[in-house]
Amino acid sequence: MARLTAAIGSSHVPLLGVGIDQGKMDDPYFKPIYDGYNWTKEWISSPENKPDVVFLVYNDHASAFDMNLIPTFAIGCADEFAPADEGWGPRPVPNVQNDADLAWHIAQSLILDEFDMTIINKMDVDHGLTVPLSLMFGQPDKWPCKIIPFAVNVVTYPPPSGNRCYQLGKALRRAINSYEEKDLKVQVWGTGGMSHQLQGPRAGLINAEWDQQFMDDLTRDHDRLISIPHIEYLRETGSEGIEMVMWLIMAGALGKNPRELHRHYHVPASNTAVGHIVLEPAN
Amino acid sequence: MTSVHDYLEEFDDIPGTRVYTTKRARQGYWLNQFAMSLMVEENRTRWKADEKKYLEDWPMSAEQKQAVLDRDYNRLLDLGGNIYFLAKIFSTDGLSFVHAVSTMTGMSVTEYQDMMMNGGRSPVGVRSIKEGN
Repeated sequence: MARLTAAIGSSHVPLLGVGIDQGKMDDPYFKPIYDGYNWTKEWISSPENKPDVVFLVYNDHASAFDMNLIPTFAIGCADEFAPADEGWGPRPVPNVQNDADLAWHIAQSLILDEFDMTIINKMDVDHGLTVPLSLMFGQPDKWPCKIIPFAVNVVTYPPPSGNRCYQLGKALRRAINSYEEKDLKVQVWGTGGMSHQLQGPRAGLINAEWDQQFMDDLTRDHDRLISIPHIEYLRETGSEGIEMVMWLIMAGALGKNPRELHRHYHVPASNTAVGHIVLEPAN
Repeated sequence: MTSVHDYLEEFDDIPGTRVYTTKRARQGYWLNQFAMSLMVEENRTRWKADEKKYLEDWPMSAEQKQAVLDRDYNRLLDLGGNIYFLAKIFSTDGLSFVHAVSTMTGMSVTEYQDMMMNGGRSPVGVRSIKEGN
């Protein structure tokens, strides 16, 4: 049987991939950012915590999807995905190996549960997916687990509501729990955010208080989190802060009252507030 | 159910922000697809060799083409550009996100970087035009 063992939330700022790829881990600008991931790197490398599969929720940033296709929820079901060339060559990181059997199971289960998925076989994965892997696993020759890419549209409005993401997370948990073919430890990662605005005269907006409250309520108040409208993300966390709805898929999969194991928050990485949290489900 | 009109109306009340709505996505379709074409090395080479000539192949408005040549990113947002697509243009120019983004704020790169190092732009006073908060 497959079971959800833990969940990880993390920003996926492209600069953090650049810092790792160029060996700038100890640079004074980067060090306090990466140091906040040391706890997680150690925790995830111990055999009891190491996942067999990560269900990785992220968004594509005009890499695999241009304006021709804008899937709201897309699940990667092929055996392998390569890192995308985002304009300066692909990141020097391993290809992502999928557990395609579990991915197809989840896709079917979600659709039968009335969450209509777009299924993707051919897709390159951009920094949204590869940066969190580098933050958690460093620079291995191959990633230590299988990864199911799950892309959410948070670029063209309207993205899915926070509540829709949360309900999808609950359906994802049911899908994981109903997989009987193999014994698997599964983690769900919600990535993106936290507060940032990359455009217009208001660019550079950061709201640390709001971000910390959001992380607080991942263990305390899911009802508040799922009722946050898009306009609040826009006003309070900048135009790109909307990425945080992806963390609510993770929250839905965890269920209420998860336990917080670790947290890290740092401003800035490039234009962005970096947030990171490790959570364990209550049951 | 949420009314599309009510949903969209609020977006215009955020100071200094262009939300990438479907209206902008329609207006900027070719602009964004042009930017996307710079993901390919061969296209980047052709683009760098002669920008105006490269733009001749794309059915964009004259205003969009001029704003691209001017690297006027606020104008490009108004004309339907999306920042993740426009990023292909400034990445091809060798600019970082911080550098390119700072050009939209009226601040110098150094001033903008200093603001970020000091915790970023506060949301106080820039949440709503109507409320002034």
